[in-house]
Amino acid sequence: MSVASQDTAIRTGRVTRMLIYLVLLLFVLFYMLPLYVMLVNSVKPLNEITGGGMMNLPQVFTLEPWAKAWSSAQIGVEPTGLRPYFWNSISMVVPAVAISTVLGALNGYVLTKWRFKYDTILFGLMLFACFIPFQIVLIPMARMLGLMGMAGSVWGLVLVHVVYGIGFTTLYFRNYYAVFPTELVRAAQIDGAGFFQIFWRILLPSSGPIAVVSIIWQFTNIWNDFLFGASFAGPTSQPMTVALNNLVQSSTGVKEYNVHFAGAILAALPTLLVYIVAGRYFVRGLMSGSVKG
Amino acid sequence: MASNAHADFRSRLQVWLPKLVLSPSLAMVLVFVYGFIIFSVYLSFTDSRLLPSYGWVGWENYSKLWRLSHWEISLTNMGVFAVLYIGICSILGLGLAIFLDQKIRGEGFIRTIYLYPMALSFIVTGTAWKWFLDPGIGLENVMQSWGWTGFEFDWIKNRDFAIYTVVLAAVWQTSGFVMAMFLAGLRGIDNEMLKAAQMDGASNWNLYRRIIIPQLRPAFLSAFVILSHLAIKTFDLVIALTGGGPGRATELPATFMYSYTFTRNQMGIGAASAVIMLMTIAAIMIPYLYAELREKK
Amino acid sequence: MRSFVKTKTAIALALTVTAGAAQADGHGGVEVLHWWTSGGEAAALNVLKEDLEGQGIGWTDMPVAGGGGEQAMTVLRARVTAGNAPTAVQGLGFDIIDWAKQGALANLNDVAAAEGWDAVVPAALQQFAKVDGQWVSAPVNVHSTNWVWANKAVLDANGIAAPETWDDFAAALEKLAAAGVTPIAHGGQAWQDATVFDAVAMSTLGPDGYKAAFIDLDAEALGSDAMIEAFKRMDVIRANVDDNFSGRDWNLATAMVINGEAGFQMMGDWAKGEFLNAGKVPGEDFLCFRFPGTQEQVTFNADQFMMFDQGGAVSSQQAALASAILSPSFQSAFNVVKGSVPARTDVSNEAFDACGKQGMADLAAAAGSGNLFGSMAHGHANDAAVKNAMYDVITAHFNGEYDAETAVMELVDAVEIAQ
Repeated sequence: MSVASQDTAIRTGRVTRMLIYLVLLLFVLFYMLPLYVMLVNSVKPLNEITGGGMMNLPQVFTLEPWAKAWSSAQIGVEPTGLRPYFWNSISMVVPAVAISTVLGALNGYVLTKWRFKYDTILFGLMLFACFIPFQIVLIPMARMLGLMGMAGSVWGLVLVHVVYGIGFTTLYFRNYYAVFPTELVRAAQIDGAGFFQIFWRILLPSSGPIAVVSIIWQFTNIWNDFLFGASFAGPTSQPMTVALNNLVQSSTGVKEYNVHFAGAILAALPTLLVYIVAGRYFVRGLMSGSVKG
Repeated sequence: MASNAHADFRSRLQVWLPKLVLSPSLAMVLVFVYGFIIFSVYLSFTDSRLLPSYGWVGWENYSKLWRLSHWEISLTNMGVFAVLYIGICSILGLGLAIFLDQKIRGEGFIRTIYLYPMALSFIVTGTAWKWFLDPGIGLENVMQSWGWTGFEFDWIKNRDFAIYTVVLAAVWQTSGFVMAMFLAGLRGIDNEMLKAAQMDGASNWNLYRRIIIPQLRPAFLSAFVILSHLAIKTFDLVIALTGGGPGRATELPATFMYSYTFTRNQMGIGAASAVIMLMTIAAIMIPYLYAELREKK
Repeated sequence: MRSFVKTKTAIALALTVTAGAAQADGHGGVEVLHWWTSGGEAAALNVLKEDLEGQGIGWTDMPVAGGGGEQAMTVLRARVTAGNAPTAVQGLGFDIIDWAKQGALANLNDVAAAEGWDAVVPAALQQFAKVDGQWVSAPVNVHSTNWVWANKAVLDANGIAAPETWDDFAAALEKLAAAGVTPIAHGGQAWQDATVFDAVAMSTLGPDGYKAAFIDLDAEALGSDAMIEAFKRMDVIRANVDDNFSGRDWNLATAMVINGEAGFQMMGDWAKGEFLNAGKVPGEDFLCFRFPGTQEQVTFNADQFMMFDQGGAVSSQQAALASAILSPSFQSAFNVVKGSVPARTDVSNEAFDACGKQGMADLAAAAGSGNLFGSMAHGHANDAAVKNAMYDVITAHFNGEYDAETAVMELVDAVEIAQ
């Protein structure tokens, strides 16, 4: 029982630390670059963009593109902006992420702490399933959803995302639990704790970081998915990306780049929020005392 | 007696429960993944065009596929892209994770910045990258206007180099997530062992090389699976950044499969290409997974 | 797999389910899958929506943009397979024929007969709306693709008049290059390369050669010397675009003409919207003329709405929608906004600008003289497989992968594989 936080025990010298900060800052710049392009161009009037100088700061500052992307841009025949599609996406993403993460955690738990014959092969099967190209999936999935009466519904979409997400979530949790001391589980078993009790009391409290990874992965993928959303949603459940795509991709119309950029940033806000909120558990959730100390 | 039977049921339940918990996921995977794969293999031997149809044509789709120079280009690109992308992302992800693990001030902020590219849909980000890489308006232009007139950066317009710009944008998008996976792994490592080694006078370099990185093996497995999955499915990125061009120079198997299956109405050839992709993936992944998973027993 | 029955059965089943869904829906409206989401297009479509709502027919919007309708077609396939086909779907050229051959479309002959479509829709266009004697879709507009857009000030400054022959055009390009102006604004994307090639080939091969090569896929015409010449002319064009052409969106190329950085752009009539949007006046600030050597011809693509069979007879809502689409007032209102021309030749040209009026006159003339052809570059000459196979060769050649002679050989080969 020594470490209060889970920070590494590695110690570094002053010069090394300076260098580390320098490198980290350089990469901050690298990652920010495209966002810079998007941000500056989202606050310029359109003629300033098509006039050239796409990297320049705006000469005329305007927030109109943002307002337009949010509430009055043309998505379909009606100028609704992205606003109504937010709820569609959220009502699909939240259950899909929750279900796939919970299933992944349970699968990972079974596959590492309740080993049985051929379990590795089963895991291998689930893992290999991650590689199925979505081009293969589309038509047969549409047929299955039709047969199950789930075509064009939110729950159909949730099912699709859960199916193609559990391979990943299982992988994350399995690999994370693999290094978790099995003795703790055995000890609890001897004390008479059941399957779910052990999971709930012993593994879950220390699953913070990997749950964050899993949630970030699932949330991002499902939120940004376009093909499944476009193909399996009904007219009233089209997700955000379909709307964003409709905003951005017009083949023969005028392209309002400033509105596109504003829309793209707006559409990414929920995911960013998840990163910020969930990111805290990287630091917090881990060491409730079981693994170390 | 009753309590005995109850206990008996309980213990039997405990035996079955793990398998019971696993079975829904397994069932879904069997039907929606392996069932569909079998269906696709079947389609690749049929004359399907607009929609699945069931006229048997034997190996015709495969022989047509290999006559397409377009398919060979996309396979070559896949090789270049996958090696560079997986390699750079892993090294960068691990490096940044190790750096970020040194009790860095503002870690949460930096981590979010590294991660945010994942949040943005490439439908639009592609445009930003395209402009940035465009010699006429992007980096080259800016550098030249700053007085560095000899600066040249026109990869995206060059048939032989365009694929590297796709790598660049792909690394930008996902290396932050790989960093997060390694960071989660680093946070799970037992400090006691490190302290003991430190007392023995091990240098930081040796600590990482001998103790920490070997313990990250499961994280490497995750990273490898995720990155190869992303490499194989890289689609939006190419469409938004280069549209497969200049010419067809940055076409990848994912864009190939999509265009044959859905926009060219040659579903049979699309299915054949998907089958070949899956077999290639299997040939690479199965030995790796076998080696990686067997050891754990 | 047991669940996958024969296609036709699947579609039949699909249609039954759809009919059920439509009834369950209750308000008896139409669900429209389309990709017109940019401001002007969507606003124009809204005219149609309000028209129908005025008749008490609800409109459920299902917009899916992207790739000139490619995304929407993918979604359509999923919807039909799931047994959930929309009522009406925007469609282009051979896609409509393909769906009709699957037996998925409704028969609109009653409406067509009542409103006399046969007499007012050009025959070349009817090929894509009437399959095996049945009207299956309602054409909205005709885009013509063999236009050249030019910056008038740039041309005047260099003493260039609108060129009428290929040689004039080549001379004009040389003058512009000498003056330090980018002669041709172009975006290097496969469909744009093909759009230019379309016009060049029409001019080089002549209408008969064009038909033989691109519509009838005659191997001899595809491999002819004239085709080599067409590819050589593409080399000339390639030499007259700027270094950064690759991957550029068409509208940014148009912006180059608007800003006077470039002289010409070869693009369909939708480019006009960009000029108008920038406050330019046709005939004063910019010129529109047919590609040199194709003054008589019009290559077109037409947007239509296919009506999906809702289980037996055509529904009254579909009939109302089709009739509203073909009404002269909608045709005029929509096409003024869209830059295209009406799909029927008896609409008044009053509301159109100079380029629009010329477009309408050209269309009527070409339709009358048998010079109206479906555009190869826009899926109106052959099906998607062949079209894209041609794209592959055209774009590879344009990007310098091989010379004109090899390109012709590749073209013959690619078309054979795709068939």
